[in-house]
Amino acid sequence: MAGPRVHRSRLAACLALALAVLAAPPVAAADPDPADWPGVENAARGQTVYWHAWGGSAPTNDFIAWVAGQVRARNGVDLIQVKLADTADAVGRVLAEKQAGQDSEGGVDLIWINGPNFAAMKSAGLLFGPFAGALPNWQFADADCKPLESDFTVPTEGYESPWAMAQVVFMYDTADIAAPLADMAAIRDWALTHPGRFTYPQPPDFLGTTFLKQVLVDITSDPDVLQHPAEEADYAAVTAPLWAYLDALTPALWRGGRAYPATGPAQIPLIADDEIDLAISFSPGEASTAIADHRLPPSVRTFVLKGGTLGNASFVAIPYNSAAKAGAMVVANFLLSPEAQLRAQDPAVLGYGTVLDLARLDAADRDAFAALDLGVATLSPAELGMVRPEPHPSWMSRIAEDWQHRYGAGR
Amino acid sequence: MDDPNPRPRLAFAPRLTLLVMLGPVAAGLWGTLLPAFGHLPAAGAWGPSLGPLRMLFAWPGLGAAVRLSLTTGLLATLLSLAIVTLLAAGWAGTRPFRLLERALAPFLSVPHAAVAFGLAFLIAPSGWLARLASPWLTGWSKPPDLLILNDPAGLALTAGLVAKEVPFLLLMTLVALGQSDGTRGLRVAQALGHGRVSGWLKAVFPRVYPQIRLPVYVVLAYSMTVVDAALILGPTTPPPLAVQVLTWMDDPDLTRRLTAAAGAVLQTLLVAGALLLWRGAEMAVAALGRRWIEAGGRGRAEPVLRALGLAAAGLCAAAVTAGLAGLAVWSVAGFWGFPDALPQGITAETWMRLGPGLGRAAATTALVALAATGIALLLAVLCLEAEDRTARRMGPRGLWLLYLPLIVPQVAFLPGVQMLLLDLGAHAGPVPVVAVHLVFVLPYVFLSLGGPWRALDPRIGRVAAALGAGRWRVLWAVRLPMLLRPVLTAAAVGLAVSVGQYLPTLLAGGGRVVTLTTEAVALASGGDRRAIGAYGLAQTAAALLPFAVATLLPALLWRNRRTLNG
Repeated sequence: MAGPRVHRSRLAACLALALAVLAAPPVAAADPDPADWPGVENAARGQTVYWHAWGGSAPTNDFIAWVAGQVRARNGVDLIQVKLADTADAVGRVLAEKQAGQDSEGGVDLIWINGPNFAAMKSAGLLFGPFAGALPNWQFADADCKPLESDFTVPTEGYESPWAMAQVVFMYDTADIAAPLADMAAIRDWALTHPGRFTYPQPPDFLGTTFLKQVLVDITSDPDVLQHPAEEADYAAVTAPLWAYLDALTPALWRGGRAYPATGPAQIPLIADDEIDLAISFSPGEASTAIADHRLPPSVRTFVLKGGTLGNASFVAIPYNSAAKAGAMVVANFLLSPEAQLRAQDPAVLGYGTVLDLARLDAADRDAFAALDLGVATLSPAELGMVRPEPHPSWMSRIAEDWQHRYGAGR
Repeated sequence: MDDPNPRPRLAFAPRLTLLVMLGPVAAGLWGTLLPAFGHLPAAGAWGPSLGPLRMLFAWPGLGAAVRLSLTTGLLATLLSLAIVTLLAAGWAGTRPFRLLERALAPFLSVPHAAVAFGLAFLIAPSGWLARLASPWLTGWSKPPDLLILNDPAGLALTAGLVAKEVPFLLLMTLVALGQSDGTRGLRVAQALGHGRVSGWLKAVFPRVYPQIRLPVYVVLAYSMTVVDAALILGPTTPPPLAVQVLTWMDDPDLTRRLTAAAGAVLQTLLVAGALLLWRGAEMAVAALGRRWIEAGGRGRAEPVLRALGLAAAGLCAAAVTAGLAGLAVWSVAGFWGFPDALPQGITAETWMRLGPGLGRAAATTALVALAATGIALLLAVLCLEAEDRTARRMGPRGLWLLYLPLIVPQVAFLPGVQMLLLDLGAHAGPVPVVAVHLVFVLPYVFLSLGGPWRALDPRIGRVAAALGAGRWRVLWAVRLPMLLRPVLTAAAVGLAVSVGQYLPTLLAGGGRVVTLTTEAVALASGGDRRAIGAYGLAQTAAALLPFAVATLLPALLWRNRRTLNG
C-alpha cells in the first residue's frame, strides 16, 4: 500500500482519515487468511463472485457456467461470469475503482488474466495475495515441469492461480498442405510459394505478438538472452533476424499484409472460407473443438515445430479490493481440482491442457484422463513435445511497438 | 408573459432535462481532459504535462487515422443525404415511396454491428456474393486474395455506414415532410412547369433541410467516431482514430490511457472541425441553390436522377436484407465452406446452446430500453409543452446543448462517466445503465419529436382553449392524440438507440448488465458467425418490435382519420 492515493469522494476521504488515525490498513483488516482453508470456505458460503473473463468463446462460457453450478452446489458460492470483449476492461475497472478510492467492495472478484495484464496489475498493487500456494488442490499442480510459477518470466509469487495450459500449435488444412512444416523458416518458405494463404492476428493482439515471439525464439541463435529484460541485451542485433524474416514474409501474406485478422479466433472463419490454409493457435485442442461444432472443415490438423513451441499457463487473479475474496479463492481451488481439469481437457467441452501432474492423482482420476479422446486434430501430450518458455515481457512490448512502425500504422 | 392567469409554466423541465443529459457528459469530459494533460494518479501520472499529446503525435499512424475519420465521416454523410434527398425528390408521394416507407422500420432498427457483419459476409472475397457466382461464373475454387473488407481507404466502412444511415435520415425526412406541406409546394412547382426532382429540390428541400439539419450533424459526428462497425469493416493499418483510442484504453500498459485521453480530445476537436466545415458547405450550397432557382431552369435528366435515387436506396435496402438473411442462415448453419452457396447442413445447435442466455439478455435489454425511453419521452414532452406555455422556443444555443451528447465522441466522455458513477457509489445494477442510456436516448427522442411538435398548427390549441379546455386538457386531449404517430416514432427511435448501446452499457453496468448488444459484441471478438448471427437477429427483433407498434397503432386508432394517419 505504498505510494500516494487519491480519494475522490468525501466519504472515502473521511474513511481513510479515520482509518489512518486508527493506523489500521483499510483492506487487509477484512481479508480472509488463505492458510486457514476451513475459514475461507466458511466465509465463502453465500458470497457472490463476479468472474471477469473473456466472453468471445461459447465453449468457454459454457464451461464457466458449469463451474458456477458446481461451486454453488458444493460451496454455496454464487459465481457469475462477466463476459468481456477484452481482459483489459476488467483491469480498467479495478484501476478506475482505485482512482475513485474504492479500496474495498470492488466490482471485480476474479479475473481470467494474461501475462502483460498480470504484470501491470501486480506492479500497480492491484492484486490480492499471495494465495495460490495455499489452495488445497495446489498439491496436484505440476509446477516442476510446467511454467506455473512465472507468467511471461514475471514470478507469480502466489498472486495468481493457474487453471489451464496453453501451447502454440499451427492449424493447417490437409487439403492444401500435405505434411507438417518443421520450423519457422519452413513456414516462411511455404508462404512464399503460396502467396496470400497465410496470415497472423494483428499485433498488439495477444496471439499476434505470440506469433512474433515464436518466430524470434525459433530463429534466434541465442534464445537465453530473451529470458532477461530487453534493455540488458543488444535489442537491435537480437531482433534483426525477426525483421528480416517479416520483411520477406509480409508481401506473401493474406491481403499482402495490408489487413490482418483482429484476433486468433477470427482466423477460424478464414480457414473455413478457404481464404487461408495455415494459422497459429495457442490452444492445442482448439482445432478439434472447432471441427466438432462445424466451424472448421474436418480436414484440419495441427502440428508443432521441431524445436518446440511457446507455452504458458492461463491464470486467475483476485483484485485487491474484491468484495468476495474467499469465494474467489474457492472458485480458483475448484478450477484446479481433477474433476474441473478433466472436463476442461475434454475436447467436446474446451480442449484445454491440464496444469496437473497426473502422477500425483489417484488411480481413478489418472485413468479418466487417459481415457479421454482428445479429438481428431489434437496432438497427444508426447507429440506436443518441448514447451519453450515465454520471453521477458519487455521484448513483447518493444517488438509489438516496432511492428506497428514497420508493418502496422506506420506502414 | 402577458398571460393574465399565470399557470404552471414547467420552467423546471428544460433545466432538469439539460442536467440529466449534460451532467454526465461534462463530468465525463473532465475525467478525460485530466489524463489528456498527464494527470492519472492510479497510473502514477501527476500532471499537468504535455507528455500524452507528445505520445499521440509520435504515433506513426496518426495522420492516416485522422484522415480516415474525416473521409469516412464526411463521405458517408454526404452519400446518405444525397440518396435520401434524391429519393424523396423523385418519389415522395408515389407508390414505391410508400412501400419503402412501410419497409423502413426493419432497416432502421438493425443495429450497426449486425449491418456491418451482414455486409462483411456479403462482399468479402469469400462472401455470399462470391459464393453464389463461384465457381460457375468466376472460375474461383478458392476465394481471390482481394482487399475488399478493411480497405485502407475505408470504403467498405463507408458503405456500411451509408446502408445504416440512409434509413435514419429517411425517417427524419418523412417526419419533416409530414409537417412541411411538401405535397402542395411540389404541386405548385410542377404547375409552373418544373420537373419532379428539380421542383422538389427548389420548393420543398429548403423547407425540409432545416428540420433534418441536426440529424445530419448527428450522422456526421457518429460516422466519424463509430467503433463497432469500424472494427468489422474498417481498415486496421491504421484504424480510424476512435478505434485506436479504444485500443490504447485496452492496453495493459496503464500509461497508454493517457495517450488514449489525448486522442479522445483530438477526436472531439476533429468532429467540431468537420461540423464547421459542413456548416460552411451548407451556406455555399444555399447560395448556389438560390442562384439555381433564380435561373429558372425547369430541370434536366429527371428520369435518370429519379432512377438513381431509387436504385441507390434499393441497393441499401437489398444489402441490409441480404446481410440479415446471411445472419439468419449462419445462425442455423452446419459446416459452410467456400464456394458452397448454402451450408452443408442445417442445425438448431446454435439456438439451443444460446437460447437461455438470449432470453435473459433480451429481458434486461427491454427493461433498460423501456425505462430510459419512458423517462426521455416524459422529459421531452414536458420541455416542448414548457416551450408553448412560456412562448419561448429553444434558441440555437439550447439546440446545440441538446446535441452535445450525440456529437461528443463516446470514447471521449464515457470512461469519465464510469469514474463519476464510482464516486456516487452507483456501480451495480441497471439504474446507472438507464441513466447513461438516457444521455443518448433523450436527444434522439427530443429530435424526433421536436420538429413535428413545433410544426403542429398552434391555432388548433388556441381553438381548443377558446372552447374552454385547460392547458393540460389541450395537451392530453388534443396535442398528444394528434401527435400520436410522431410520439410513437420517437419512442421507437429511443428504444432502438437504447438497444444498440454497447460502450455505455458496458461501462455504466460494470459488465454486469448483460444486454443483447454487449453479448453480441463480446461474441463478435471471437469471430463465431453462428453466435453472431443469432444475437444479431435477436438484437434486430428487439429494436423492430417498437417500430411495428409505432406503425400499426396509429393506423389502427386513426383508421377513419386519414390526415392523422400520416
